[in-house]
Amino acid sequence: MNPVNYLYLAALLFTIGAVGVLVRRNAIVLFMCVELMLNACNLALVTFSRLHGNLDGQIIAFFTMVVAAAEVVVGLAIIVSVFRTRHSASVDDTNLMKL
Amino acid sequence: MDNLIPVLVAVPLLGAALLLCGGRRLDRVGHLLGTLLAFASFGVGLALFFSMLGRATDQRPIHDHLFTWIPVNGFQAEVGFQLDQLSMTFVLLITGVGSLIHLYSIGYMAHDEKRRRFFGYLNLFLAAMLLLVLADNYLLLYVGWEGVGLASYLLIGFWQHKPSAATAAKKAFLVNRVGDVGLSIAVMLMFTTFGTFAFTPVFAHASQATQATLTGIGLMLLLAACGKSAQVPLQSWLGDAMEGPTPVSALIHAATMVTAGVYLITRSSAIFNLAPTAQLATVVVGAVTLLFGAIIGCAKDDIKKALAGSTMSQIGYMVLAAGLGPIGYVFAIMHLVTHGFFKAGLFLGAGSVMHGMNDEVDMRKYGGLRKYMPLTFVTFGLGYLAIIGFPGLSGFFSKDKIIEAAFAHGGTEGWILGTCAMVGAAVTAFYMTRVMLMTFFGERRWVDDAEGNQPHPHESPAVMGIPMVILAFGSVLAGGLFSINSSFVNWLSPVTGYEEGHSPLSTTEVTTGTMVVLVLGVGVAWLMYGRRPVPAVPPLGSLLTRAARRDLLQDDFNHVVLVSGGSHLTRFLVYLEGRGLDGLVNGIAALVGGTSGRVRRVQNGYVRSYALSMFGGALVLVATTLLMRAVA
Repeated sequence: MNPVNYLYLAALLFTIGAVGVLVRRNAIVLFMCVELMLNACNLALVTFSRLHGNLDGQIIAFFTMVVAAAEVVVGLAIIVSVFRTRHSASVDDTNLMKL
Repeated sequence: MDNLIPVLVAVPLLGAALLLCGGRRLDRVGHLLGTLLAFASFGVGLALFFSMLGRATDQRPIHDHLFTWIPVNGFQAEVGFQLDQLSMTFVLLITGVGSLIHLYSIGYMAHDEKRRRFFGYLNLFLAAMLLLVLADNYLLLYVGWEGVGLASYLLIGFWQHKPSAATAAKKAFLVNRVGDVGLSIAVMLMFTTFGTFAFTPVFAHASQATQATLTGIGLMLLLAACGKSAQVPLQSWLGDAMEGPTPVSALIHAATMVTAGVYLITRSSAIFNLAPTAQLATVVVGAVTLLFGAIIGCAKDDIKKALAGSTMSQIGYMVLAAGLGPIGYVFAIMHLVTHGFFKAGLFLGAGSVMHGMNDEVDMRKYGGLRKYMPLTFVTFGLGYLAIIGFPGLSGFFSKDKIIEAAFAHGGTEGWILGTCAMVGAAVTAFYMTRVMLMTFFGERRWVDDAEGNQPHPHESPAVMGIPMVILAFGSVLAGGLFSINSSFVNWLSPVTGYEEGHSPLSTTEVTTGTMVVLVLGVGVAWLMYGRRPVPAVPPLGSLLTRAARRDLLQDDFNHVVLVSGGSHLTRFLVYLEGRGLDGLVNGIAALVGGTSGRVRRVQNGYVRSYALSMFGGALVLVATTLLMRAVA
């Protein structure tokens, strides 16, 4: 199977994630879309690693996963906290700092 | 003995400080304290005078250096007093006549609730004027000069609840400022030219300065003198200054304030003698003013304003004499002293008349007062005879000498000046006779005032009468005393210099001439105001009369030329400033504000729109990179 197809898949996943971030309001969905974009990047990195025949891309993919795991921990904690105080996970409602 | 000079100034200054800061607890004794201190100052002046008389002529001027006011390298402002014959004459006039006016004010201001403050201001006036004539340099003189301006402002506007008085005070102050600018420029010119402004070195080095500098200094000093002495073109404040209480008018017109200009010119004789152009300007100012004031005096129905016109005219004589140079200085001062006596007497008499007539000032509502106020009539009458130059009285000696000196100026100028002075004498006789006839002779014309009170003309109390009597004696005797053996000339000439004038007319001819114009003036006045009854409503009068009633259109002139021009200029500048400078600054502010207001909308607070811009930016970056690679 041609490895370039994985790149197409990665581009597709990234686009879905990006559009999701742009059009959705629910913080959880937004969060999942960001994860989708990160994983699309990981897929692209692994594919390039395979194409070039070295392990750099796969190592970076591991790093990305670690960072993403940390981000999920912090991000979810914030979302839960916001939901508890405001009874809503909509990102449009968190506008206390807006003039 | 000699270190008494500062005491002269300090005593009235102390009085002013006590009375103005002492508060209500001094209300009951304030007027007595102020009068006592004025007389104390007069006593010190007399002591110094006799001490001076006891010394030889060249030993007479004394000098007392007190301290250095501003000790800066290259600029030494000293505080020192100089008492010579000229200053001595002024000291005696200021403190002597000033004290009498204090005494008179006790009676005149008896019912005024602000009496204590009034006497404080009077003392301040004396102190400032004494500082002016005793200073040994121009800077200290300037301090006194400004002090006189301040005191006159406070006193003219003393009844400041009357808007007219408040306005008159402001007008006097503002017009005086114009003259003050002249004095300050003169002092600066002196400092740049001579490196000092003390009298002695300036006069000693005057001959080394260029002609242009001397003329400049002279003209600026003349401008200053015009402001203080109410000479054309800065004369307009004097008539309005009559809004002050009558003793103030007497003080301003006789002893202080208006004499300051004549003093300044005479004191600066060393400069004027070397600047013929400035001298010419001085005589022109004097001659114009003496006619100007006299004409105004003829048309006024307000007794005080008629006397104010008279003062303007008489000071014009003095300035004319002072402009004539060494042939005139002595007579300028002599006329100043005799004028001090009779003008103070006339004003106090006018105040006494007003006191008895419910403060009525319109002479058309007087008439026949000689029966009711015999003392005022006699003292006022003697002052009247003195001012018109009745033979043997003060004005006769001093004014004739000025007329003679004017003829002695020489050439066509001399004839013109002499004729002006002669005509002035005729007009003086006319308007003073008019005042006399309208006030004391004829039928009684007084009517009920606005509240329906019938005036009861009565003689004033003794405290007002005594100063009037003393001043009347001065008006009668001073001129004769000064003229015996030329005593006044001998007294003053070491300071001012003196030259015998060579008049184309002999003394007898001048005297005959003045007698003829005197009789003429009195006769015409009698024909117009004595022989037939005075109408209670002023007749329309000729064009000149109507102009003179409006002070010969001086205010209209000032308004059209200076006030409206100035306000148009100001309005133009305000427009320029508003539309030009402010417009530019406000425009930039509006541009920045408007732009940022629009740009601000991009920051809408929605995360997704920020994300969109991030994606857009990343897209552009990637596209650019690819494009560059494709091109390369």
